[in-house]
Amino acid sequence: MNVRAPLAWSAAGLLAAFLLPWYAIETGLDSVPWQSGLWMSEDYASGVAQAVEHGKWWLAPPLVVLVACLVVSLAPLPRRRRGILLATASGIGLVLLAAQALAIGLHGWSAGWLASLFGELGSRQGGLGGGGALALIALLSLLSIGLAQRGAFGGDAFVAGAVTTVAASILLFTAWPILHILVQAFQDSDGVFRPLLLIERLAAAKIWSLRCLVGRGGCGVAWNTLFLALCCGAGSTALGLAFALVATRTAFRFKRTLRVLTVLPIITPPFVIGLALILVFGRSGLVNHFLEWSLGIPPTRWIYGFPGVLLAQLFAFTPVAFLVLIGVVEGVSPTLEEAAQTLRADRWATFTTVSLPLMLPGLANAFLVGFIESIADFGNPIVLGGDFGVLSTEIYFAVVGAQLDYGQAAALALLLLAMALAAFYLQRQLVGRRSYATISGKGDAGLPTPLPDAARHTARWIALPWAAFTLLLYAFTFVGGLVTVWGRDYTPTLAHYVKAFSIERSAEGLIWSGAAWNSFWTTVKLAAIAAPLTAALGLVTAWLVVRQRFVGRATLEFATMLSFAVPGTVIGVAYVFAFNVPPFEITGTALIIVLCFVFRNMTVGVRAGMAAMSQIDRSLDEASATLRGGVPQTLFYVVMPLMRPAIVGALVYGFVRAVTTVSAVVFLVTAEYDLATTYIILRVINGDYGLAIAYSCALIALMLAAIVLIQFLVGDRRLGRRPIALQGGRA
Amino acid sequence: MKIGLPFAAIVASATGLACTTPASAQAVVNVYCSVQVEWCTLAANEFQKATGVKVSMTQKGSGETIAQLKAEAQNPKGDVWFGGTGDPHLQAAEDGLTEAYKSPHLAELHPWAVKQNTDSGGSTVGIYAGALGFGYNTELLAKKGARAPACWADLLKPEFKGEVQVANPNSSGTAYVEIATLVQLWGEDKAFDYLRKLHANINSYTRSGTAPIKAVARGETSVSISFIHDGVTEALAGFPVKVTTPCEGTGYEIGSISIVKGARHMANAKKFYDWALTPEAQKLGAQAKQFQVPSNKATPVPPEAPKFADIKLIDYDQAKYGKSAERKRLISRWDSEIGSLPKP
Repeated sequence: MNVRAPLAWSAAGLLAAFLLPWYAIETGLDSVPWQSGLWMSEDYASGVAQAVEHGKWWLAPPLVVLVACLVVSLAPLPRRRRGILLATASGIGLVLLAAQALAIGLHGWSAGWLASLFGELGSRQGGLGGGGALALIALLSLLSIGLAQRGAFGGDAFVAGAVTTVAASILLFTAWPILHILVQAFQDSDGVFRPLLLIERLAAAKIWSLRCLVGRGGCGVAWNTLFLALCCGAGSTALGLAFALVATRTAFRFKRTLRVLTVLPIITPPFVIGLALILVFGRSGLVNHFLEWSLGIPPTRWIYGFPGVLLAQLFAFTPVAFLVLIGVVEGVSPTLEEAAQTLRADRWATFTTVSLPLMLPGLANAFLVGFIESIADFGNPIVLGGDFGVLSTEIYFAVVGAQLDYGQAAALALLLLAMALAAFYLQRQLVGRRSYATISGKGDAGLPTPLPDAARHTARWIALPWAAFTLLLYAFTFVGGLVTVWGRDYTPTLAHYVKAFSIERSAEGLIWSGAAWNSFWTTVKLAAIAAPLTAALGLVTAWLVVRQRFVGRATLEFATMLSFAVPGTVIGVAYVFAFNVPPFEITGTALIIVLCFVFRNMTVGVRAGMAAMSQIDRSLDEASATLRGGVPQTLFYVVMPLMRPAIVGALVYGFVRAVTTVSAVVFLVTAEYDLATTYIILRVINGDYGLAIAYSCALIALMLAAIVLIQFLVGDRRLGRRPIALQGGRA
Repeated sequence: MKIGLPFAAIVASATGLACTTPASAQAVVNVYCSVQVEWCTLAANEFQKATGVKVSMTQKGSGETIAQLKAEAQNPKGDVWFGGTGDPHLQAAEDGLTEAYKSPHLAELHPWAVKQNTDSGGSTVGIYAGALGFGYNTELLAKKGARAPACWADLLKPEFKGEVQVANPNSSGTAYVEIATLVQLWGEDKAFDYLRKLHANINSYTRSGTAPIKAVARGETSVSISFIHDGVTEALAGFPVKVTTPCEGTGYEIGSISIVKGARHMANAKKFYDWALTPEAQKLGAQAKQFQVPSNKATPVPPEAPKFADIKLIDYDQAKYGKSAERKRLISRWDSEIGSLPKP
């Protein structure tokens, strides 16, 4: 380990510099005979050839560093010395690599002052390809190995590697693109830097007006957003808790159905819930029709605006809260509850003074996720908002609307980020540093105390009507795909499904002739790639943040929230800004879509992981360490199995969000990589609801199948606890 | 080597993905398409049939497309921008995002289409025009016993109180065309006076320009101010929607085409541009059930299409009202005088 790892990475980096094309090949590696042009062809040449043969001298220093690392790895040095040397060398190499990539771009020097300082450059460079990327990864690995051998991160190379991976990837795929767009908040339309412009942009009355309090017109978008998010966070947490309690602590018979029902809204492609709500509660909707017919109440338009958006958001985000909370509620140890009862606390006191406080990290996390989901939500406000504007819609229209003002969009995005930051800070203050560990290594923990009657009834009376309502809405939606015109002509038809998913048999085999197949398979493929990456990155980050001590931990935790809190449209445009030009020119590929999925959705994995991890007693880790289990062994054989609900949650979320995201990927899809959601949205824009809903139903079926598969593959967490069914008779 | 695992996984998936980018040695053109998706597909297929050049078509709204062009300006990925309302095309020309080009077909076009070309310094040209008008829900009006609106003045009638929906010009190009039309029709002060009176009958200023006509289709509002071809689309989808154009006169949008500056496939881009101006290409709109007025005089106009001859069109000054300074000024006046009014 001492020598082999740095040796292997130095060698890998050097091999990449010799044997792979340094720059990206536009049409893909397998499209051209690059092997023969590795030295002579300027397009396909390896890093070494570029530096020696094609006049790209600036590539030489980082490559020399790799050689130095190889020498250091081979030299007979004490561990600590080698670590210091490796870390220094690879650090310098990374700086050199970054400097040349930033300074020299598609058109030679990338900034005017560089050209005037050094003179015009005869050469230029494109995006990083296989060779360049691998060399970069090798240097990053060497840095983490070096730091670990020097003694950082508890001297553990695994922890060091994990921190470096997570930090570097978040820096590259979250911070870097977001920085690109946020800096525009300080620039005027000609790109001139004017810091005061931000204040000017944010001071507008449209943002801060409080007229609605005195009943004269609408309030500013900032207040709208804040108020909506607070209501959504609180509401979805309460509903999520009710569902979690019913699902884990009562003898309710249809728990599985309940679970599926609560999951339905997250796996619903956007706009469908909004449209269904309009068809049920809209002016010409079912409810109003009935009220007018039976009681003569004239139809109203209450669904448009705050109430409708809140309702749709509660629908959409309660399941997320439920996913965060279920593991937490399950994890609360009966031992403490039994102890409370032994001390003569009644069930109500036990619930309010023991169980609930132990769920605090979960509740706070659920609230935070609900709050941030709400401020970043775009689909529901756009369908149901009417006059009620929120920041995300304002930002969207600043980018794509009649004004095309990136500066304004960036300024509003900063405001949105500030809100997320404030919520994040408050959540940390609330949860604090207290211990919530209730999963320990001690065997049977006793029976969970039955819920007090009041709590049980409340939970039931909240959860069950809500579930019934969800069921109604979905039944109604499902019908939409099977009738001629949803909301208008209810003649049954299969035409929409045939149009989307027909398969023809011919002499050469099956022809997938349906209009939706192309985007369907692309979506399945990309989501299946993104989900495990999202979950792995999210959970590893959670583990680092909760279990490891290192400098910049809180920063890392916050950085994972960044891309989640920024609305999708901004992320999409930011990705185009950052990744349409070298050094990382990946627009138009499937890679950029996958990266966007992973880094946008890993936050929920992080939150769920953190909530679950803070319940697992550290002594388990220590026991494993005492038995000479290394850090990786402890992680994979002790922590991970106890985190199965969180793993399932992160995987499921990673998959379904990849399938249902719209606003972030609108700018990233291409003719080759079209996604299901963008296809559906175009259908909705055309008023072709039948096809849109038929497609959405197919996607829902796909995601349900994926969830079942994920649950099956990951398996249940087995805590040493007896089943709860025993007390069901009494309930 | 345990440390290698996460890295190796990332490297492997990244390389794997990079390699799946398909080889495309064939002649291609990348088209950003801002008309309705059926029309886009049809155009792509027909162009490919006619020229053998493969069309890589990405469909996006015009606002999204110009946002993308701006973000990609340093290293353009698209070649042609086909369709979508004229103002963003003019804006792109103003921002230097598109390339000046003089097509040999220019002489075959209607004067309004050519004017779009001269106004933009040659950077864009009209391929179709669509008039602004009213969409209304026949069932709701029948229930109310109200007559369909025929003039701008009709919208002020008390029976339409809380029944009219129009988009917010801050976000919607359609709403901006409406304001610019009224200003050109009556002069600025009288136009804003009208808008203030109209405010009493408006139930919502929606964010999106096509939302009002969808609300009409679904019976959520009785009347909308929309482009009439959007109303025809809803009617064809089976909703009780009818459209009409105001008797005082109305404005229109000019759907345009532009070539992206620095396009990678410039020759093919020009080929597509030329082709889009021919009658063979322009009749595809009607085939896709889109009934705007085509810009080539020789294009056959289908009977369903609203005839421009029957519509009282104003002499819409695209050059003046397409400029971003004028737009900003009118929108901020709308904001302070109309948008800030309390709900009636």
